[in-house]
Amino acid sequence: MPEIEHADGVQIDLISGERMEEKTSMEKIRMILDGVHEGKIVILEEGLTPDEESRLIEVTMTEINPDDFSGIEIESFPQSQTSNGSLLDRIMGREQTSKLTVIGPANQIESLHKDETLISALVSRR
Amino acid sequence: MGLLTGLRDSITRVTDKLFANGDAEPKRIGIYGPPNAGKTTLANRIARDWTGDAVGPESHIPHETRRARRKENVEIERNGTSVHIDIVDTPGVATKVDYEDFLEHDMEEDEAIRRSREATEGVAEAMHWLREDVDGVIYVLDSTEDPFTQVNTMLIGIIESRDLPVLILANKIDLPESNKKRIEDAFPQHETTELSALEGDNMDEVYDQIAEYFG
Repeated sequence: MPEIEHADGVQIDLISGERMEEKTSMEKIRMILDGVHEGKIVILEEGLTPDEESRLIEVTMTEINPDDFSGIEIESFPQSQTSNGSLLDRIMGREQTSKLTVIGPANQIESLHKDETLISALVSRR
Repeated sequence: MGLLTGLRDSITRVTDKLFANGDAEPKRIGIYGPPNAGKTTLANRIARDWTGDAVGPESHIPHETRRARRKENVEIERNGTSVHIDIVDTPGVATKVDYEDFLEHDMEEDEAIRRSREATEGVAEAMHWLREDVDGVIYVLDSTEDPFTQVNTMLIGIIESRDLPVLILANKIDLPESNKKRIEDAFPQHETTELSALEGDNMDEVYDQIAEYFG
């Protein structure tokens, strides 16, 4: 991701589904966590599959350290369409994951709230 | 969505029973949920009721359980039949662990850092097991807390995506601010059973449900 030179600001990356669709699960997770480690707020147009979310939590835990990284805050709209997909769709890997997802560093996100149509984040500078 | 998911769960349970082998290994049932929901209290209640032993220490400090603990081959008898399960008590799942949160519980900094490191390893391990190593899930929620959290939504989604049978428990009904309906509203696609693991309230229904879901 390109860096925007601005020492005092908070960078927000909105990543399209198209940009993510060719990536493997670990590439997606790496892209997200690399961004969050740099203090960015990452917004995914199409979110992650449940399996990717599970791996994201697992990898996040392995990268937490007391000095500079306490983990992530994450919110997505609750209408995950994953469970609407047929069993055949899921067997074939055609999961529908379209759910806008916001991810950021836990130590910079002061509060993160959502209802069914709004995710609201209060972000502090590092 | 809820009706379809419920129907699929029922069909899965029935077909599992039809093809069950009487000599099958005990099913590994993971007790999952957010920190401080009462997972270890429930694991201890089940283990004490059916084996006489406890699983691990309980505490009000978040992340007291930092390693998954297993109680093997717990035999639960319901209606003349026996259900054999391995209970796996897991660390509370979170997306962040800040050692400074432990300092609020009168801990020295070194101890807080050690605890937070162990907690992160435990959560990573619990997530890995959820994908690889459990046959069913008991999902424990504190019924005095808001269940509409991202961790709960993600975990239930992960469990559903793996087609694991899941029993949702609304714990701590002995507390006046308990609200089972909030949990039912959060996860309408699943049945919610209320209990107090601490007081032992409604455990008969919990054991009936364990036998039905995991037997």
